[in-house]
Amino acid sequence: MRSTLSALLAVFFLSIGTAIAQDIKIGHFGSLTGGTATFGISTREGIELAADEINNAGGVLGRKIVIINEDDQSKPEEAVTAVQKLINQDKVVALLGEVASSRSIAAAPVAQRARIPMVSPASTNPKVTQLGNYIFRTCFIDPFQGSAMANFAMKNLKLKRFAVLYDVKNDYSLGLREFFTQAVQKAGCEVVADESYGEGDVDFRAQLTKIKNTSPEAIYVPGYYAEVALICRQARELGITVPLMGGDGWDSDKTAEIGGDAVNGNYFTNHYSEQEDRPAVKKFVETYRRKYAGKTPDAMAILGYDAMRILADAITRAGGTQGRLVRDALAATHDFPAASGTITIDENRNARKSIVVLKIEDRKFKFVTSIQP
Amino acid sequence: MFLQQLINGITSGAIYALIAVGYTMVYGVLRLINFAHGDIYMIGAMTGLYASRWMKLSDEPRWSSLLLVLLMAMIVCAILGALIEFLAYRPLRNQPRINSLITAIGISMFLEFGGQQVFGATPQAFPEMMPGGSGTAMFTFYGISVARVDVLILATTLLMMLALSWMVMKTRTGLALRAVSFRFDTAALMGININRIVSFTFVLGSILAAVAGVLVAIKFPKVDPLMGLMPGVKAFIAAVLGGIGNLPGAVAGGLLLGLVEVFVAGYMPQGSQYRDGAAFVILIAVLLVKPSGLLGKNVIEKV
Repeated sequence: MRSTLSALLAVFFLSIGTAIAQDIKIGHFGSLTGGTATFGISTREGIELAADEINNAGGVLGRKIVIINEDDQSKPEEAVTAVQKLINQDKVVALLGEVASSRSIAAAPVAQRARIPMVSPASTNPKVTQLGNYIFRTCFIDPFQGSAMANFAMKNLKLKRFAVLYDVKNDYSLGLREFFTQAVQKAGCEVVADESYGEGDVDFRAQLTKIKNTSPEAIYVPGYYAEVALICRQARELGITVPLMGGDGWDSDKTAEIGGDAVNGNYFTNHYSEQEDRPAVKKFVETYRRKYAGKTPDAMAILGYDAMRILADAITRAGGTQGRLVRDALAATHDFPAASGTITIDENRNARKSIVVLKIEDRKFKFVTSIQP
Repeated sequence: MFLQQLINGITSGAIYALIAVGYTMVYGVLRLINFAHGDIYMIGAMTGLYASRWMKLSDEPRWSSLLLVLLMAMIVCAILGALIEFLAYRPLRNQPRINSLITAIGISMFLEFGGQQVFGATPQAFPEMMPGGSGTAMFTFYGISVARVDVLILATTLLMMLALSWMVMKTRTGLALRAVSFRFDTAALMGININRIVSFTFVLGSILAAVAGVLVAIKFPKVDPLMGLMPGVKAFIAAVLGGIGNLPGAVAGGLLLGLVEVFVAGYMPQGSQYRDGAAFVILIAVLLVKPSGLLGKNVIEKV
């Protein structure tokens, strides 16, 4: 009797074991709540859209992809916990995340130690992929983003005097400030004011008054949307009329919602524009709208989508889900036709791809130009 | 630039003052530092947001709709304040004071993280509630502009301070309040209904927090469940700075704090990084030199 029972139990657990082995578990950790919640939510939507498409087309290596989402509440320390859980409890084969560089930097060492490939869809600070050879990204990096905006401002807008207002608590913002300033000074132009704030601040008048006093022709604000929107408002209230400029952290509906008309006339660099006239972009926007009730995808959605597809492509080429094989296949990604542009992973595990400049007019983001690396 | 920074300092100080008035009043009566004050302020702002959405008031800003939103925020916060007092503080009234203090911190966290569950943690945009635009300059001189919402905040703060002072010093309820603030049991022997007075104090404090929440949300139209954290701490500093329990002291402390912060951020190189630190340095300095605060009376404790 006893042996029958244990045999039954063994069969039962074995069948569970094989059922789990059939699916490929991918962990996504992101800011589903907290100060930058739209980043995590959009990324998740993009990832799940890509996973659905891949599964409907037969999956990867004949197996289904299952996405396990973990919320890090927009906090670096929670990102570490989320990744530990995904690796140790859920036994994922690869990780997707984070958007914010600070949180990717916090979580990357955990993934590296466990030899689990981690693909950040949108962290643009150079440090992220320097943390280990299992850490990848499928977006451009800040030196490119910072210098692209500086060159656009100097060449296309013919501006010479700049001020910078950056978030001192944020690796992403610090990186953009550095590379923007470098590009401006290299071209012989001037940064006349260099001021800072901290994430979560609401009053920026003291810094803006100081900046106004140096009469710059544009102000570079490489921050995230919640603070940026308030900065735009207060700049206009103080009578600052020159354009404000930023990076992909501006990309959110909330920018215009909170900032109102004060966001008009400003520029920022981004990963893609849904107005760009490319078949891949059009197809992505259409399928996304169909799945998510007509919602227009923001940059984080398309980057999540691309990251998932690149990861699936790497697993297919690797022929298995072992960390080492997937890592090597990811590193060999060359001219992958992603929706946001053609992506090649370089020797530093960063993506080489194009960038777009957007202008905000009438509270809407208008495509201005696309810059090649 | 100096003049504009002066205005910046006064307007940001007015916010601290506005929150500090409620803080200091509750302390004055109950000797309880109500750490949940900043979170009731958040609930006020959130109520304002949902009320304006629900009644579609933001389509065309009117003074009447602003008043209506303020009223709803006040009612919700008054009920919340009474509930918190009844459920959390009343059972602990005869316990050592540290128990209430820790409960207050617990309530504060409950509201913050419960708020994340109920409202979502994402910052939300607060609609324009002032006709003609809150950020529009009320008057401009020498290239310096003062926004209309700032004038509204400053005026409300002063008005609230005067009204409260009058209430405390000139009315029967105020007399009872002062009696309770000296000694609970003696006041009870004099025929004062302690429960009613304490409840009333909380309700009043919460109403003040609600007004502050809505007005600040109009000035900085970004509301989220953790928005009360930093202003709560700063307002506490402002209240201690001016002499906790002292109404004009809270206003003076708030304004001073705002001015110092803005001047540190505006004139020190990379000063905005020291801004929050400056507040605490001042707090320590004041406590060392004059522990009762700028306008506080020195009270000798009998042993």
